[in-house]
Amino acid sequence: MLEVTGLHVAYGGIQAVRSITFHVNEGEMVALIGANGAGKTSTLKAIARVIDAVGGDVHFCGEDITRIPPHHVIRKGIALVPEGRGVFPRLTVAENLAMGAFLRHDKAEMAADLDKIYGYFPRLKERAAQLAGTLSGGEQQMLAIGRALMSRPKMLLLDEPSMGLAPIMVQKIFEVVRAVAAEGMTTLLIEQNAKLALEVSQRGYVMESGEITLTGESASLLNDPKVRAAYLGE
Amino acid sequence: MDIFFQQVINGLVQGSIYALVALGYTMVYGIMGLINFAHGEVVMIGTLVAIAVTSSLIGAGVPVAVAGLGGLAAALLVCMALGWSLERVAYRPLRGSPRLTPLITAIGMSIILQNLAMIIWGRNYLTFPPLLPKINYEFAGAHFTLVQVAIVLISAAAMSGLVFLVYRTRLGMAMRATAQNPAVASLMGVNINRVIAAAFVVGSALAAVAGVMVGSYYEIAHYQMGFMLGLKAFTAAVLGGIGNLAGAMAGGVLLGLIEALGAGYIGDLSGGFLGSHYQDIFAFIVLIVVLMFKPSGLFGEKTGERA
Ligand SMILES: Nc1ncnc2c1ncn2[C@@H]1O[C@H](COP(=O)(O)OP(=O)(O)O)[C@@H](O)[C@H]1O
Ligand SMILES: [Mg+2]
Repeated sequence: MLEVTGLHVAYGGIQAVRSITFHVNEGEMVALIGANGAGKTSTLKAIARVIDAVGGDVHFCGEDITRIPPHHVIRKGIALVPEGRGVFPRLTVAENLAMGAFLRHDKAEMAADLDKIYGYFPRLKERAAQLAGTLSGGEQQMLAIGRALMSRPKMLLLDEPSMGLAPIMVQKIFEVVRAVAAEGMTTLLIEQNAKLALEVSQRGYVMESGEITLTGESASLLNDPKVRAAYLGE
Repeated sequence: MDIFFQQVINGLVQGSIYALVALGYTMVYGIMGLINFAHGEVVMIGTLVAIAVTSSLIGAGVPVAVAGLGGLAAALLVCMALGWSLERVAYRPLRGSPRLTPLITAIGMSIILQNLAMIIWGRNYLTFPPLLPKINYEFAGAHFTLVQVAIVLISAAAMSGLVFLVYRTRLGMAMRATAQNPAVASLMGVNINRVIAAAFVVGSALAAVAGVMVGSYYEIAHYQMGFMLGLKAFTAAVLGGIGNLAGAMAGGVLLGLIEALGAGYIGDLSGGFLGSHYQDIFAFIVLIVVLMFKPSGLFGEKTGERA
């Protein structure tokens, strides 16, 4: 479904992503793990057109999306939950969710999706009229995921949803990530928390200094001595 | 006491004009962190276009009310097109460049527009045809005119319209989202370029309304009139907290009141040394005081947030 070929991202002279190739099949959850600074966020940003790729290309559902305008990405069915959540702090929770459905006009379906999201995250419903900036970090993460789901995407890109959150919050959020994936959502999950990411995903890629150095079934990566040594603290 | 009440009325009228113009500064600043110093010139163009169209319609025998509406419509069209072009031609190519670059461009645009207006309309003062009958009212010893009443009511209506647009429509939500986080707004499918253009167009529409109002209030216009008006409206926006809509409205009205009361009492305050024609100094005292003691303005969030 998503095919990334020879993707190259640079900031001035800094090579953040050096020609990486990977893919995500329909209905699959794929983890992209790696240390801080490995180039994971840059990869997602290039896919979602937040930044321009220097080289390589990105195909989604067979279509080349490497150079489409940034605001067309969501139209293709790709929703990014950005690193650090990126909620609109001075919009209410309900307005943030409405922004997720910005391009939709199917009122009835939108209401159904909203109910579903409130079902996943009852906390958001309680806080619907509150400004997003006043939410806790975990609640903002819920909101960012809910907002992405409101676009009814074909594929979710999650950038470190566990970052900076208490274990209990991480657990809540990953329950929903699993539930959404179980319904068939194609997902690319970025995590520094490698153990968590490999536990919920089917396949994984390991990224180091802008390159993919290892790939395989998540279960086998979890047992790979190199992965265990480098990312699981063993 | 009489003079106090009288000056409050005068201040409200002048203040609602400042508020409309201040909204144009604050909308653009809120969305892209740019101070569009050419905005005062958009008001001036609005006034001069309205004069040209209204006068020629009246000359052609059209009833004054219809001619006035025609002038307003023409001013709206020209100003909106001008605001759109300013963004497209002057500011969009500079997006992402250091802050000073678009600021200097804005000053350049302001000079260009003044010169353009001078070439089209000449250096002389032009008279604005009276659009409303000269009716005077008296209330509690203070006098006011139909034009003043109309200015306050039309400003209030225009501002309510803006508040509705920003807080109750899809475009308004996109504008607020873009102001808060353009990259993420774009991920949601918002075409940032369009939202920025819309902010310029809407701000310029308010400028056109303000232009017609200043014209009919003072019944006189000039190609340099936008400079001082723009500077004062900018002061009003800063006073309210630039980037904040409620702040621009409150700042505008407050500045109008400060000026009017200042002008009313400056003679007494200075022992007759300064006359009411020194009223302009109050705006700049306000600007300096706000920048020194509360640069974020009355309603502003912390400053330095915008790039
Ligand atoms: N905006 C930027 N400007 C310059 N360098 C950047 C920028 N963003 C990221 N980098 C650099 O690119 C590399 C990869 O960063 P990033 O993609 O954020 O990694 P990760 O998400 O894996 O932590 C790092 O060396 C980082 O310092
Ligand atoms: Mg990252």
